[in-house]
This record gives sequence, structure tokens and C-alpha cells, in this order.
Amino acid sequence: MTQPTSAATGPGRGDADPIDVAVGFAGALRRAGLEVSLTSALLYAEALSVCDVSSRASLYWAGRCALVHRFEEVGVYDAVFGAYWLGSPLGMANPTTAVSVPVMLQVDDGTDTATDEEEPDRDSDVITVRYSATETLATKDFADYTDSELEEARRLMERLRFCGPTRPSRRLEPTRSCRGRLDVRRTVRAAMRSGGEPMRMHRRVSGRRPRRLVLLLDVSGSMERYARALLRLVHAAVAGRSRVEAFALGTRLTRLTRELSSRDPDRALRAASAAVPDWSGGTRLGSGLRSFNDEWGCRGMARGAVVVILSDGWDRGDPAEMSEQMQRLRRVANRVVWVNPLKASPGYAPLARGMAAALPFVDDFVEGHNLESLERLAELVLTETGRGSRRPRPHAAGEGPVPVAAGAEQ
Amino acid sequence: MIGRMPAADLRSVSCVEDVWQGLRDNAYLPDEALATAVYLALRLRRPLLLEGEPGVGKTEVAKVIADWGGGRLIRLQCYEGIDAAQAVYEWDYARQLMHLRTMEATGRAQGADEASLADELYNERFLVRRPLLEAIEAGDGPPPVLLVDEVDRSDDEFEAFLLEVLSDYSITIPEVGTFAAVDPPVVVITSNRTRDVHDALKRRCLYHWVSHPGARREAEIIRLRAPEVTDTLAHEVANAAAAIRDVGLYKPPGVAETIDWARALNLLGGAKLDLANASATLGALLKYREDRDRVIEHDLAAIVSEAAAAPLA
Repeated sequence: MTQPTSAATGPGRGDADPIDVAVGFAGALRRAGLEVSLTSALLYAEALSVCDVSSRASLYWAGRCALVHRFEEVGVYDAVFGAYWLGSPLGMANPTTAVSVPVMLQVDDGTDTATDEEEPDRDSDVITVRYSATETLATKDFADYTDSELEEARRLMERLRFCGPTRPSRRLEPTRSCRGRLDVRRTVRAAMRSGGEPMRMHRRVSGRRPRRLVLLLDVSGSMERYARALLRLVHAAVAGRSRVEAFALGTRLTRLTRELSSRDPDRALRAASAAVPDWSGGTRLGSGLRSFNDEWGCRGMARGAVVVILSDGWDRGDPAEMSEQMQRLRRVANRVVWVNPLKASPGYAPLARGMAAALPFVDDFVEGHNLESLERLAELVLTETGRGSRRPRPHAAGEGPVPVAAGAEQ
Repeated sequence: MIGRMPAADLRSVSCVEDVWQGLRDNAYLPDEALATAVYLALRLRRPLLLEGEPGVGKTEVAKVIADWGGGRLIRLQCYEGIDAAQAVYEWDYARQLMHLRTMEATGRAQGADEASLADELYNERFLVRRPLLEAIEAGDGPPPVLLVDEVDRSDDEFEAFLLEVLSDYSITIPEVGTFAAVDPPVVVITSNRTRDVHDALKRRCLYHWVSHPGARREAEIIRLRAPEVTDTLAHEVANAAAAIRDVGLYKPPGVAETIDWARALNLLGGAKLDLANASATLGALLKYREDRDRVIEHDLAAIVSEAAAAPLA
């Protein structure tokens, strides 16, 4: 990362033109990774011109009001402010430089993991009877993927679309049927055309909106082999429709929605991996869920939403915390879906403490170890059914052919 | 409230201290950051976007600015599905129709040409003004304060629309013409951050994150808002509230709740905080059963005695 080399780059205060000062400081913020638009820089210049710039506090707050648009950016702003105006070294004080750990998203080692024998659950005979490469991929466990297969899988995953489920919206839409509320506006407008005689009653009914979809991806060490494949799925969901939120759960919670919202998958995945400070670290699912509930979920993000947790359920924390947080989540969410890649293993039982504690509060418990199961997940998320109504059970593995991304020719 | 200060001219504030004093005179105690943000919003005539935990007094800022400047507070509460008809204007169709019928009955419609008839129907008399139009149209006198509350509850389409209105402070009604604000209103937008407000709107605004006040400032706020509460009690309540926020609750109490709590304690005749009256009135502070249990489990007695022992910082 480029840094302003020394405090000497900071212009002297006082008689300098506010525009120059603003542009210079905005540049320093951009170099530190903050998005500063030109309009914000101009606003900052305006603010400087009405402020007492000899006071450090005014200088600080004017910039914070005009240039910072998110609470998370305050740390970076503080560091750059210190370096630029006060001449303190940027180095470790800058959270973005401190936490960005470049991670192996695209790179390495498909073959290594394939020969890794700590999990004897993958039945390679299934793979051999399939015909095309696409079909092979459909049922192949993500953990066995080579890099090129991962690439291919990404293309297939981009075709997955999470478009539902919907819920009634408060917004009323015109309808042609004779049910619904009278639309006085349109009725009278039409009546004006026929000399004030209402010939036809226009009506409105409430429309439907997609429910918010919240994806929580476990990025701990035990999930490593699946997380890089599933991250692509999360990206496809975020880029594919509106009202989707994504988070990474590791030793701490990281919001990924903004990083993943780029349509270019490479850029999005790079940004996401840079944003997560704890790839393949330890797992504290319970406390991760807790911070999700506290900071986002219960405040409104999870209310009435479909929450999908992608995790193997290994948790080093307290199972009581896990069950408490799952309970809270379930109380506000419309539906909680747990995707566990290990579920497909023969003889799998949800014995991991975290998983066992969470299970009573999960509406749908599905597998997510290969493309085919993710297709089913997309279908499941799409179905209208909420809690209380009968849900379609996820099919057992291998039950009938499932058309995986039919458009993808090999 | 009694002892209201004479209204100040909001457009002529000249320094941050003026704002601080002005808000304080109207029973709101801002920190320097918020005072600067309000000052800049007034001077630059930009909307002020306030984000923060629920209950830290975001909405109150707008009310107090209105009191201070003597302008009208125009509140637009956002909710999902809100649209132009509820936010800007709507024609009163029923009255229009009635008017047309009356004209027919009295024979006035006879012989009148179509254009003049339409003019009469799309008269401002039949225009139902909603908050945004009201704020733009307000004439002379102190500028009104437009409060767009909980903008994160509205849909993103509405946000785009809001941006359009806030960028040139004018609204066009096809049948009537364009309304432009002579003096743009003071705009305060609040968000609880259940979703991100769109960047375009944020760029238009000055942004400020409102956080919980420190114990010292909170005690002053309690005294300012509930003058009947004694100094000692206010400090103890503020200290206890700060300690309770650290316990790790579902919903840490906001400033509004602490004020309520202090009032409740005062009402029960307590001049000091003790375990008995604290646990009896905890419901004013904590609104979840789990939170209540956690605080009691975490040793409410210790919190109370420490709050009393802590120096009046």
C-alpha cells in the first residue's frame, strides 16, 4: 500500500487554498484505501472555508462529517488524519494495513486436498459413472476440487439464482381483478375522461417483494476446503439480486456485502478475502452469531429475512451461547437454513457441540458439499413456504437426476 | 417547556460554540463533534445524516434545532412502501369530483371551456401537501426543520427520489408548476442502520455517527432533561447505566431510557440509588427479560454500589 511518505507532504495550515488542502487530504485518504468521491472532497473544501481551521478539533470533525460515510471508516480516517496533519507515522495505526492478509482464494493445491485422507467420505465411484465433465462436477465434493475445476464450478455457480422467497409488500399495485382496495386516484382520473362519471372502479392490491436473504459463511480452519467454493456461491447470490447481505464468520464477524457487490467475480473475491482478517483461523460460531445479532440481525437486518448459515458446526465456544444466539436469530428471522457440507458424509450425525446446540432452532438442515446440493439449496430458498407451513424436504443425495446448470456445455 | 429562549437566526450562526450553546439552551447537550456537524449543516445548507444506536437522541436533534430556530418541525416518518403520494403531494380526488358535480348542478359547468374547467379542478385548493412539499413551500419566517426519520426503513427507490428533492430543493407538480424553496429547510435524516443508505445520498449529506455519551455528559443530560432529579442521583444513574452497557446486553439502554430511569427513581422518592429501588425500576431501563436477568445475575448490587462510590467524574 502506498503511504504518504512523510509529514512534509501535508501542506501548511492557514493561508492555503481550501480546495488544494481538501484535494491533498482526500488523496491521502484514497491512498489509504478509503473511497472518497470528488463531491465529498468539494464538500470538505466548503466545510473548511466556514470552519476555524486553526483548531485541530474543527479540522478533524469537518473532515469526518464530509469525507467519512461509514462508521467502519473512522479508524482509517483517524490514522490518515494523524499522519497527514500531525505527522505521526501511519504504519501500525492503520487498520487496513494491519489486517489485510492476502489469502489463497484462487491459488494452490487442489491435488493436495484431494489426496488428503482425513475424511474418507468421498465415494469416487460416483464420479466415474457420470458422463460429462459438468455432471462429474455436479456431484464431486468441493474438497476434492482441483483449481481448474474450482474455476469451472464458479462459472456454474454464477448461474444459480436465489430469486425468492417473497412476502407481501406494503406498496399497493394496480390490479385488473375486482378484489382489493379502491384506487380513488385512478378511478377519478378515468372518471374525468368520461365527464365525471366513474365508469369503472380501479383497484389496488398489495404487491410482493423478495425477502431479504442473509448469508453467513463460516471461514474457520475446519471449513477451509469448502469456504473457497462457497464464497463463490455467496458472491453469486449478492451480485444476482437485491436485498442480499453476506457476512464471514470466523473468530470475528466481517461484513462482506460491499466487497462482494462487484459483478466482476475476481475483483469481488479478492476484495472479500482481503477484508476477512481471519481466514482459516479458529471458530467461535456462537460469539460470531452473537455479534451478528447485536450489531445487525436483531436491529432489523434479519427481521423477516431468510438466514442461511454455511458452516460445519464446529465451535470451540460455549454451546449454551450457541443455542441462545440461534434462538434469538430464529425469533426474528422468517426462516433459518443451515448448510453443512459434512452432512453428506455417510454416517454423519450432528454431534459437533455447536451443531447439536443449533439444530433445534434450524428450519432446514441441508447439505452443501457439491454443486448438486447447492442447486437444491437455491430451490429451497426459492420456495414460498415460511415457518409453520409444510416445507419440502431436501432430497436425499443421489435421488433422481438433477439438471445442473443445463446451459453449460462441455 | 418553560423559559424558552427567543428564537435564533439559524442561518447566521458564526461558530461551533453558538450551536453548542443554542442546543444546550433548548435542553440538548451535544458533544463537540455533533455541534460541529450541526454547525456545518447549517452553514453549508446541507442535509445532516445521523446514524447510531437506537436511543442516542438522533431524532431529538431535529426537534431541538426546530425549537432553537423557531421554525416548524416537519416530520416524515419513513416506512416500507412509502411513495410520493405519502411524502410529497396528492390530489384530493374526492373533493375534485364533488366540485365538478357542484358545478354541474349549479349550471356553472355549462358553457365553460375545457381548459378553464381543468384549471379550476387542478387548483392548489385540492392539493394535499405532504411533508416534503410542505418543507419546500414554507414561505417567510424561520426555515422549517425537515426530519426524515429512519430512512433505512424505506425502499431504495424512495431514497433516490429523496436525493432528487434534496439536491435542488424543488418539486415539480405537472398540473401546477414547480415549487422551489426560497430558503431551503434544515434537513436532518436519521438511520438506525438496518441497511446501508445509498452512497449517492450520503455524498449529498454531512455524516455523523452518534454514540452513547460518557457517564459525565450523560449525568448532565439527565439533569438538563429532568431537572427534578438531584445531582447525586443523576450521577449515580449515569454511572450505573455506563456499567450496565458494558455487561453485554441485547439492547444496551439508550439515553432516553436512562432519563426515564432517573425519573422513575425520583418518582419513587429515592434521593440515592440503592439495590431495592434499582431492581424495582429496572423495567424503565431494560426491555428484554434476558437483559434484566443478565444484569441481576451480573450482580446488580455491585453495579449500584460502584455507581454510588465512583467520584463525580
